[in-house]
Amino acid sequence: MNRLVLSHIEELESEAIFIIRELAAQFERPVLLFSGGKDSIVVLHLARKAFWPSKLPFPLLHIDTGHNFAETITFRDNLIQKLGLDLRVGSVQEAINRGDILEEKGLLKSRNSLQSNVLLSSLNTGGFDAAIGGARRDEEKARAKERFFSHRDDFGQWDPKNQRPELWNLFNGKKHPGEHFRIFPISNWTELDVWHYIQKEKLEIPNLYFSHEREVIDRDGILLAKSEHNHQLETDSLTSKQVRFRTIGDVTCTGAVHSVAKNIEEIILELQSTRITERGGRSDDRRSQAAMEDRKKEGYF
Amino acid sequence: MSLKEKDILRFTTAGSVDDGKSTLIGRILYDSKAIHDDQLETITADSKRTGTGELNLALLTDGLRAEREQGITIDVAYRYFETEKRKFIIADTPGHIEYTRNMVTGASTANLAVILVDARNGIMEQTYRHAFIASLLRIPHIIFCINKMDLVDFKEDVYDKLVKDLSGFSNKLNVIDVRFIPISALKGDNVVNRSDNMPWYRGGSLLYTLENIHVSGDYNHIDCRFPVQYVIRPQTEDFPDYRGYAGRIASGIFKVGDEVTLLPSGLKSSIKSIDVMESSVHEAFAPMSVSMQLMDNLDLSRGDMIVRANNQPVVSKNIEVMLCWLSNTPLKKGVKYTIMHTTNECKCVVKDVLYKMDVNTLHRIENDIDVQVNDIARVNISLSKPIFWDSYAKNRGTGSIIIIDPSTLNTVGAGMII
Repeated sequence: MNRLVLSHIEELESEAIFIIRELAAQFERPVLLFSGGKDSIVVLHLARKAFWPSKLPFPLLHIDTGHNFAETITFRDNLIQKLGLDLRVGSVQEAINRGDILEEKGLLKSRNSLQSNVLLSSLNTGGFDAAIGGARRDEEKARAKERFFSHRDDFGQWDPKNQRPELWNLFNGKKHPGEHFRIFPISNWTELDVWHYIQKEKLEIPNLYFSHEREVIDRDGILLAKSEHNHQLETDSLTSKQVRFRTIGDVTCTGAVHSVAKNIEEIILELQSTRITERGGRSDDRRSQAAMEDRKKEGYF
Repeated sequence: MSLKEKDILRFTTAGSVDDGKSTLIGRILYDSKAIHDDQLETITADSKRTGTGELNLALLTDGLRAEREQGITIDVAYRYFETEKRKFIIADTPGHIEYTRNMVTGASTANLAVILVDARNGIMEQTYRHAFIASLLRIPHIIFCINKMDLVDFKEDVYDKLVKDLSGFSNKLNVIDVRFIPISALKGDNVVNRSDNMPWYRGGSLLYTLENIHVSGDYNHIDCRFPVQYVIRPQTEDFPDYRGYAGRIASGIFKVGDEVTLLPSGLKSSIKSIDVMESSVHEAFAPMSVSMQLMDNLDLSRGDMIVRANNQPVVSKNIEVMLCWLSNTPLKKGVKYTIMHTTNECKCVVKDVLYKMDVNTLHRIENDIDVQVNDIARVNISLSKPIFWDSYAKNRGTGSIIIIDPSTLNTVGAGMII
């Protein structure tokens, strides 16, 4: 590389750190949404870089659906302890128990859309005015139109047709009381960029991302993990397969992929030859063409 | 497989209705394997349901429900693909005149603009508008793709005439590098691979050109400008005295030991260290995000700027700006707005509207100076405090501003300092 040119990963890192510092400068009470998935692990690392040698100037928030993989929660807790971070948890189960929200009916119920409600009430309770997340524009087409600084009205709603224009490096984070922002510092990263960065920075990730033997339910080609949360239909077949997860969401909606990739190098190789998108295995996106847009409008991540 | 070093090229695409922009983007994405099988399956099914049955690649980019329902692109969509050589970020902007604000948005971060021209129709009003906006936003490279060459029998003289006309026009614009490529987005000629149908064309395909165009010179590495974004003060046992000025270098190269001047105070100091987390670097350049420590303990905060003594920006409370108006509420002269510039912010008032630009003819309009949405106007702005600026032509980072309506808090204007 030319002496005065950044590599694409360095440029993306520099952009993301700029966004995170802008968030800290423009908002009074930000919070970092942390799920234990690879994207939020990368955002957390970037945030630590942005303020080093200071501690993170904001806490972390996990919206726990109660349907997480046990591995994710273990990973989350270990990381929080190791780095000495302040983690808040918004529990979907507790919100159901309190009667704030109703569980979906039916055998294929998912708590995915219930998260929005708990997220919004957790932001309210904590008094947070900006939530920083790991969403990327390449993930889904509604996200392709998302801003770095994404404005939400006082109901937490996203108005995609009426977004603030975002020009140059000038980010307008001004808001009326009750409104808040979602901030997406890795908007311009692709799945492959995330893996390259994890490799470059030697970040720890949950072992679910690596190939392992697992009992899975094969439903319309989506491989769901065998779990107490996944009701087996009569048409489902249960088999043991060599799989890994490309995204980590709820056990109920995150499909596994066939894979023998045991380390990050092999994952990168595998991704470079795959013909299926990252969210192709997410049954929550398959509900309709605009499934993501609809959830986002209601306050989803 | 280790990380292959590549750089990033950010480009914007513009075209008129029906000149094949979505097809072109779809083809580039598909041929570079950035479209996956499940996406293709979805849009194949959607194409059947909503249209003529032909694969509609626009469905890939029109992500919002309203866009699919109305068959129009409303907002800038960002697309990503990479080759062995480069990572590409496309800002795909709708071409209608009412979306000038989207074009300006997409162009503001682009190094290159791809402008489509239909070989059958020749230069349209929109072509002028797209090229003008690209030049106004100082996009250093423009590629005119003469599309639908298959519909004019791949004739060289059709292409030559368009090149001649476009060159004549673009000579009037301030663009450093203008190129022309005859293509057929539909058939794939000269998009990824060179076309056998046009042996008379000696240049590279569009993708080859995008991969090889030299962009490192696009950054200003001469004028050292470091807007302070955030002050890092841990005040911990391990770092009791650390005071880092964090930010992203707008332009220039900073080295440890450099003598620097601080604005607005004018005080002098020198750089003690340049840190990127635990690692310190000897030098840093635009657009790196770093944290700088100075030798002296001075009072410096967000909005201030670190520069070199012998090369300083203009410090003033009055600026002349080419302003693109983004809001449905017209510009009000003499009313207080908020202005953002680098990491700085203050109140401002538009004192005078000198003229508006007719973006289709490049003529100045001096008799009607009411600035409405999508208008581009030359204005005088006065500020509540001095800012540290360079002309946009010299420095995108320190020459750009946005204007915010203090009642709606929306971004209503985007300006380039002259």
